[in-house]
Amino acid sequence: MGKIKPRAYYRETLNGGFIATKINYMLGWGRKYSLFHYPFITACCGMEYMSAACAHWDFDRFGVGMTTFSPRQADMLFVVGTISQKEAPVLKTVYEQMCEPNWVIACGACAVSGGIYDNYAVVQGIDRIIPVDVYIPGCPPRPETILNAIEKLQDKIQHQKQDWQWKIKK
Amino acid sequence: MENKKVIEALKKTFLEKVSEVPDRLGDSVVRIEKDVLFKIMEFLKNRPCEFTMLLDLTCVDYLSSKGCFEMVYHLFSISSNKRIRIKSEVRKNELDIDSLSDLWKNANWLEREIFDMFGINFKGHPDMRRLFMYEGFEGYPLCKDYPLRKRQPKIPLRKITK
Amino acid sequence: MTRIQKEARKESLLINMGPSHPAMHGTIRIMLELDGEVIRNSEVEVGYLHRGFEKTCEHKTYFNLLPYTDRLNYVSPLINNLAYVMTMEKMLEIEAPERAQYIRVIMSEFSRISDHLTALAAMTMECGAFTVFLYYIQAREEIWNFIEQTTGARMTTSYIRIGGVRADLHPDYKGLMDKAIKVTRRVLKDVKGLLDKNKIWIDRTRDVAVANPEMAVNYGFTGPCLRASGVSYDVRKAHPYLVYDQLEFEVPLGDKGDNFDRYMVRMKEMEQSIKIIEQAVEKMPASSSRAGLMAKGIEPDEAIKASRTKKAEERVNLSPNLQGSEKDVRPDILVKGKKYTVPPKEDTYTNIEGLINHFKFFMSGHGIRPPKGDVYFSVEGGNGELGFYIVSDGTDKPYRLHLRAPCFHIVSALEEMIKGHYIADIIPTFGSTNMIGGELDR
Repeated sequence: MGKIKPRAYYRETLNGGFIATKINYMLGWGRKYSLFHYPFITACCGMEYMSAACAHWDFDRFGVGMTTFSPRQADMLFVVGTISQKEAPVLKTVYEQMCEPNWVIACGACAVSGGIYDNYAVVQGIDRIIPVDVYIPGCPPRPETILNAIEKLQDKIQHQKQDWQWKIKK
Repeated sequence: MENKKVIEALKKTFLEKVSEVPDRLGDSVVRIEKDVLFKIMEFLKNRPCEFTMLLDLTCVDYLSSKGCFEMVYHLFSISSNKRIRIKSEVRKNELDIDSLSDLWKNANWLEREIFDMFGINFKGHPDMRRLFMYEGFEGYPLCKDYPLRKRQPKIPLRKITK
Repeated sequence: MTRIQKEARKESLLINMGPSHPAMHGTIRIMLELDGEVIRNSEVEVGYLHRGFEKTCEHKTYFNLLPYTDRLNYVSPLINNLAYVMTMEKMLEIEAPERAQYIRVIMSEFSRISDHLTALAAMTMECGAFTVFLYYIQAREEIWNFIEQTTGARMTTSYIRIGGVRADLHPDYKGLMDKAIKVTRRVLKDVKGLLDKNKIWIDRTRDVAVANPEMAVNYGFTGPCLRASGVSYDVRKAHPYLVYDQLEFEVPLGDKGDNFDRYMVRMKEMEQSIKIIEQAVEKMPASSSRAGLMAKGIEPDEAIKASRTKKAEERVNLSPNLQGSEKDVRPDILVKGKKYTVPPKEDTYTNIEGLINHFKFFMSGHGIRPPKGDVYFSVEGGNGELGFYIVSDGTDKPYRLHLRAPCFHIVSALEEMIKGHYIADIIPTFGSTNMIGGELDR
């Protein structure tokens, strides 16, 4: 269909047989359409998150609607807003409570890189603390941008290597 | 009570410790010495002045030009709808001043914020701790000699690899 | 060791409602000492969204720090802009033209409605009334559509500038404004029917977290929380600014000061705001643009070529993000004076005086340089009296800028308000104080 596939597709496809790739595809399909997300909301981008969640630009139709308030039951962390130095250990604790496989979206300029605040109190981007999958620019990003980011994440989930084979820990 | 009468009453009671500052924009501003701060605030809070609300409490750093911090208090009277601004200097070698948390309860958090940001101690405050910055933060951010971009992370940050 | 860990008795349970919690207000930490389900003592810890606003502003010029003020109370950003700009106008002793003042009133009343809608939506959603959240966010979308048509952005607009506003209202503004007002009225009526006489809502919010008038004044409450306790103080009536003394509106009061009163005061204030908007639209002076706001003109490159030979007199078609700030609309929206405002774009590109004024406004060391001194001015924000205290030393950057945040004083009373109640009472109490992290922690 002329769609440019994300780089993960080309790098990480399994060198297995037909059945392994089909199981991979099915797991990816299942995981991407039933994401339980944990909204870690701190600041102004939370208003656009609220708009994206409600009736006008609903993101429930993409499968991301279930908002869980316990990170142990979530598989996507939605970091929305500025993270200050005082909040950084809290974010790390929440991320470490999530089980594999998990994904992180950094929503808004402040979560991506510190935004307009370059001073003693703000962490210059949450990728200094936890690994991030999708970065959403904007201050605040429009709800359509958030929906586009969710679509990109779903693409990534579909084409990444799903960890379903037994691993023997050495 | 009119602001002019309030200032005259203050001058009569506290004599030379009170001086009026002329303001070109029409606000009423009074400069006082810090050792009579509590008594003046009590006088202003009770009848007949009735400044029942402490609107704001802030501090300005004049260490390089005048060698002191200047505390600024904004009081407001609902019954007579008047505002007054009171300034008081805190010298560099004795960085403490009376606390007003017995008179107005919001002074508790306002003074904690000033201690956090400037390092001024408040005598008689029930709970002198930092408010905005985390415990273990070194330095007082809003002083002019603290650099804007000095990083003091609370947890070690990751190195960014390609 | 926090204070509550030192003071707690051995047999009580210590629970932490941590910085990241489901209440959609922002990050705050409430530590509770419980005796069963009843709260014996509590401690509130703030500062998780401290972004260094006051220190950052000492390093930016007066014009550059306008976007930082948008992000303070982010549910009503235009009111923060207004508070900062009016403080600067008091210091510089200038006044905006009349049409600009009416536009400012309309924008700040819409922001106030959006603030109350968001506060009540979050408060009721956490108590279980999910429908109210969806209805209110729908009404807020219509308001934001109207704001976006004129200012260009939904939330963080930086629209209100020193000396006036950035651009005139869009020529078709009536359509979206009427739709926003119609949807807001319908939504308010629906929610009144859902919640006002609802036994569950009244049981949860009546007589919970009572703030009597002496306590409210002692703590420095202002705004809807103070008016719910019965004290009538509204900055728009007590120290009128803009054109509020020519508009008629009432100030609703509550009697007991509990959560239900704070909810009712906000609902009634929204109706009063709609009344103010309708009056302002009627009384606003007409636009003084000779050609009409969407008339055709010449293209910018032709205008630049033509200006080399003769003085440019014709109207120029500006690009879409500059529409509304053309030269013939300028006297309506911005005060005259090259020291305070950016010159019109037609002048900047076609004649040399405009170019020089543009450079001298933006060069560091030049630009807006108020006389030495300090000033305090306050407006009625969504939560109460929002004030700015600015100290200037004659240069182009402020020496000290301090914000009097209304919700700082209200949240400092939270510990006393929830004492003796249940854990489940914290949620409507905290929601009714409308804590906004950006304003509280600066």
